[in-house]
Amino acid sequence: MKTVTITLANPPELYLEGQNITPDNFAGKKAAEIATLDVWEGKLKSPLGKYFTVEGEGGATAADTKIVLRGDCTRVKRIGQQMTAGEIVVEGNADMYIGGWMKGGKIHVKGNVDSFCGIGMEGGELIIDGNAGHHLGSSPRGEWRGMQGGLIRVAGDAGNDTATFINGGTIIIGGNADIHVSTHGEGGTVIIKGDAKGRVGGQMVKGDIFVYGTIEYPLPGFQLVGEVEQEVDGATARFAHYIGDLGERHPVSRGKTVYANIYTRL
Amino acid sequence: MAKKIENVGCPFCGVCCDDLVVTVSDDGKKILEVENSCIIGSTVFHRAMSERHTLPRLRQPDGTFKEISYDEAIDYTAKVLHNAKKPLIYGFGSTNCEGMAAAAKVAEQAGAVLDNCASICHGSSFLAIFDNGYPSCTLGEVKNRADVIVYWGANPAHAHPRHMSRYSIFPRGFFTGKGHKGRKIIVIDPRHTDTAQVADIHLQVQQGHDYDLFDAFRTVVRGHDIPDVVAGVKKEQIIEAVDIMKKARFGTIFYGMGLCHSDGRNHNVDIAISLTRDLNDFTKWTIMAMRGHYNITGPGAVWSWQYGFPYCLDLTKRDIAHMNPGETSSVDLAMREEVDAFINIGTDAAAHFPIEPVKRLRKHPWITIDPHPNMATEISDLHIPVGIVGVEVPGIVYRMDNVPIQYRNVIEPPEGVPSDEELFERIYERLCELEAEDAAREPAKAAPEGARAGE
Repeated sequence: MKTVTITLANPPELYLEGQNITPDNFAGKKAAEIATLDVWEGKLKSPLGKYFTVEGEGGATAADTKIVLRGDCTRVKRIGQQMTAGEIVVEGNADMYIGGWMKGGKIHVKGNVDSFCGIGMEGGELIIDGNAGHHLGSSPRGEWRGMQGGLIRVAGDAGNDTATFINGGTIIIGGNADIHVSTHGEGGTVIIKGDAKGRVGGQMVKGDIFVYGTIEYPLPGFQLVGEVEQEVDGATARFAHYIGDLGERHPVSRGKTVYANIYTRL
Repeated sequence: MAKKIENVGCPFCGVCCDDLVVTVSDDGKKILEVENSCIIGSTVFHRAMSERHTLPRLRQPDGTFKEISYDEAIDYTAKVLHNAKKPLIYGFGSTNCEGMAAAAKVAEQAGAVLDNCASICHGSSFLAIFDNGYPSCTLGEVKNRADVIVYWGANPAHAHPRHMSRYSIFPRGFFTGKGHKGRKIIVIDPRHTDTAQVADIHLQVQQGHDYDLFDAFRTVVRGHDIPDVVAGVKKEQIIEAVDIMKKARFGTIFYGMGLCHSDGRNHNVDIAISLTRDLNDFTKWTIMAMRGHYNITGPGAVWSWQYGFPYCLDLTKRDIAHMNPGETSSVDLAMREEVDAFINIGTDAAAHFPIEPVKRLRKHPWITIDPHPNMATEISDLHIPVGIVGVEVPGIVYRMDNVPIQYRNVIEPPEGVPSDEELFERIYERLCELEAEDAAREPAKAAPEGARAGE
């Protein structure tokens, strides 16, 4: 695997849109070629080399290409958007849409990220060592098929609207989550190791949510049905099992109604 | 002999009353009397004669304003738009659709972000409608058919003064001959508002917990049990309200800022739409947003037709429209310091935005286009006065139920003062000139090369 290291030498005045910073676009290119790829600052289209210094070269394919981003990328959006393979490491913070619509490969952000990261995700891995903003692993506006697959792991806290319209895949939040988790969910799994503020599983049809801490304002549409022992993220624990959202429509499979499940740790 | 003009549309709130009678002086320059309107509507007409500027005012280095010509103001505005990397054009609550279309032309040419007041108002309704649909109707249907009315997080007694008398509670319609005697009114609001005074049932929901209460309503509609108290409302009260809603012949939920401006925002509206859908399993139910300004529905209609999105349009890529509130919404753009020029038109961003985004926008050129001086004009670098739509300028406006109405003018604007549409058309022409000058100065660009052209 070949590594391309890009360092933000001249930070933008506004924000940079770096949708071209993906292993797919860097593969098969030398440093000078990578520096000519487009980035946007508002309406201004510039070559990547205007802001970043580029070292190394891409591998033959996306899967053989690793990108390391250095410098303060707090104002760089859309890193790894729609990537299909390969690896990206962001040494510090990053802005919005990191790993948005990603299909494969791995992104590791060592700092915090802003909102809309991992939206519309279909596969791959998005690891965030810090906190994530709002709409983590959510669906794009107006899209009723949200996250389809892949794994998002956030060590810190997440904002609100996590996993809206989730359809598949797994989101693991090490800290707390704000309001609205898996709203309109139709599948997938969300694991919250800390507390959830409220509106967990609202309008949810199918899927699972595990909350290790407390849910401050549980929804009236969820009903306690018993206790279960489950293996979650490599460890087994006992959970109280709720089904719902009883206010929402639910499909019937083999004569049995399918509900969404919330498990809170006992 | 003073002249009476009948069936005049009112340029104040989203109810768009079109039964006003305005008396103007012989010379057609003064408004003498306004009949049938609420006090706010009549003030809009009477205020046309006071506090008017007839020339643009440019801020001087010493902080004072100096009057300049319209040509100079248009040149200044075009240059600000041309030189900015990401200008923001925001407002449009109080102008006509013609002005909005002309502004969109400017935004596209300038590579700007185009946003309207919905961004800090009913924008969350759009997001909910994208996600969940909009089983709505017209206000005429409400008047003629509805026998159960729900006002959720809305206080029309103050915000839309003639809404209840023209459409929802009091009018006698085709199938509603008994007027308010034949209607049940449910008001859901954390405060005992003046609208709650006329309600049969007032549910005092705990502030910020509307979503939980909607979830309880939906759970009861589907025949399941709920906890004894949800969001501060007793189970029996919820069951009673659901029972009335299920037995309606035709019901409408009118919702306002109580849903759009409390925690959850679009999700509160989203679940209200879901409840409306559920109730349609039993009887006919509809839902409607209580849109604020008389033509704030307009930009949604005009820009959806032009670009496919109603607000928060990022046109920096010109031929690709991108919309994602949270990123491309005015307050977020300002808070994140993502824009470097601001045009405020037909609204008062300085009064309506939180103070922090105002401070951040103020670091960059700020131009206000408005007939009257307001808070925004007084902190602007440039104030361009225009004619008042519905009073001095005719045009198309969209009522809160998406019904377009042709407004007329009752008097002429002060001499030399253009309409919003004329002003934006002239800015557009100047912008095109600037671009042509730029293109002439630079050597002709070669055809774009692929990244591997050197190989």
